[in-house]
Amino acid sequence: MSSRDDILASVRANRPRVDRPLPTVPMFDGGKPASLLAAFKDNLHRMGGVFLDPPATGDPLAPLRAKIADAKIVCSTVPEIAGNRDIASLGKPRDLADVDFAIVRASFGVAETGSVLLSDADLRVNAVAYLAQHLIVLLDPADIVVNLQHAYRRPEFRDRHYASFHTGPSATADIEGVLIHGAQGVRSLSVLPLARATGNITH
Amino acid sequence: MRSNGIHVHWARDAAEHNHIVHGILSDHGARSLIKSKSMLTEECGFRPYMASVGIEVIETDLGERIQQLDNEDPSHVVVPAVHKLRTDVAEVFAKTIGTDPANSEVHYLAEAQREATRPLILAADAGMTGGNFAVAETGTFVVCTNEGNADLSANVPKLHIASIGIEKIIPRLEHLAVFVRLLSRSALGSPVTQYTSHFRGPREGGEMHIVLVDNGRSERLGMEEFWTSLKCIRCGACMNTCPVYRRSGGLSYGATYSGPIGLIIDPTFNQRKYSNLPFASTLNGSCSNVCPVKINIHEQIYAWRRVLAERHESSLAKRVEMKAAGELLSRPAAYRAAIAAADVALAHLPRFVIYNGLNAWGKHREVPHPPQQTFHSWYQANRGGK
Repeated sequence: MSSRDDILASVRANRPRVDRPLPTVPMFDGGKPASLLAAFKDNLHRMGGVFLDPPATGDPLAPLRAKIADAKIVCSTVPEIAGNRDIASLGKPRDLADVDFAIVRASFGVAETGSVLLSDADLRVNAVAYLAQHLIVLLDPADIVVNLQHAYRRPEFRDRHYASFHTGPSATADIEGVLIHGAQGVRSLSVLPLARATGNITH
Repeated sequence: MRSNGIHVHWARDAAEHNHIVHGILSDHGARSLIKSKSMLTEECGFRPYMASVGIEVIETDLGERIQQLDNEDPSHVVVPAVHKLRTDVAEVFAKTIGTDPANSEVHYLAEAQREATRPLILAADAGMTGGNFAVAETGTFVVCTNEGNADLSANVPKLHIASIGIEKIIPRLEHLAVFVRLLSRSALGSPVTQYTSHFRGPREGGEMHIVLVDNGRSERLGMEEFWTSLKCIRCGACMNTCPVYRRSGGLSYGATYSGPIGLIIDPTFNQRKYSNLPFASTLNGSCSNVCPVKINIHEQIYAWRRVLAERHESSLAKRVEMKAAGELLSRPAAYRAAIAAADVALAHLPRFVIYNGLNAWGKHREVPHPPQQTFHSWYQANRGGK
């Protein structure tokens, strides 16, 4: 017998005799916050992320431009802003090791946790979100769901090969419980609320 | 998983797991492997095996890396180096990655480790992760980290191998939402881990393998009193609350899994070797109280004592002691006389009588000072007449 058959036979033989049908899982969305964006912002902040407040008037990308003003290497996967490292012509993921800022758009955000979901389609090369020193994420406020229960109903979890919730930057407290940002991945995560472009893309 | 392009392997036990992973690495000519933290690979003795076949394994979790560089097992399932002070880490890093031995500033140490590990990540031939959950409905496996090191391990090298215990499989995505919440809340008190990554298939140009490991799990499923320990999501909450764990630390258990959950899991691997572990508990029940998946840990600890005693897995000395204690404790007058005599004896006996091979308690420490009088005699003297 193959190992697979052995293991499955053993599981069948040892299955506990309990009659427990699958429970119906509620959506846990009773106390929905008045503003999903405000709740998202609070929770993102709690997890060490930075929320870039959009300016009242003028260039909505101004806070982003200020962030990357001194950066040497910027890799962007979004049409709203151009970088100077083209992700499409990349040889290997490790070629992204010298990127200072990566700019991507999230599939959606989660108000409950302050998370953004980045899929392989959003990232183009998955490693860019971990090898870059800093990560800036564009998020359409219309793309925020209330909680994880709603999040897992999104199509990305059935369509994409890779999808990751990012909640703040890379963090560790492995030495004496002292919180450090930038353990192995990005040192900072900033989220800029910005509606998805619908045609008029300016570079 | 197969229809999504993942190569699926099955391993009955630790040896088969290690053999399978070695085979995959050999097929690709891989000599170095970066990996994220996985209790399953600890359970399988994976790193020593890889060392024996000449493949370099680099742990990328900070705590696990500290333990690897110090040649020590992890002492906690979530925080592997929790028992070390910053000065201990400074000492380990000074010896291994060339930091300043006099500088034990935590930011400096973490940064030095990041800089030392980054080139190893970039140069590695293959990456390995564990899996916190696997979803039957979609063929997805999920890895939760705070450092992002699992995503580096999975997404930088071309080859990604994930080792997953068969008990990690849950039915549907809607259930995943519940478990993802439970894990981080119970582990660290945060609403979610910094990174919760879902792998459903290889990336373009990449290759993905998963090894589903039994290693005693299916057999444990048939143990009526103990099968619910398979619900464990390795959050570590039982350790954090346990008075014994908090005093003794994880390494003192001498087994892969420490703390209360270790007491009930370790004997399933080797009853003789771990026969003492279920006795390292006060049965206060705090572990069961905090367990997010409602495992009746302290009741199982008690049940293991009974099983081990019935199977005579406890040592002869313990059995003789327990029999004597049973006799004594069933007769209050005899017990009181014995306690009073022992207090007097402890105060006056020469050291060699107290500290000898028969008194395991006195091997590495002083026995406590005997009290002037027993509680019973104090009570009789002060409150007895009322």
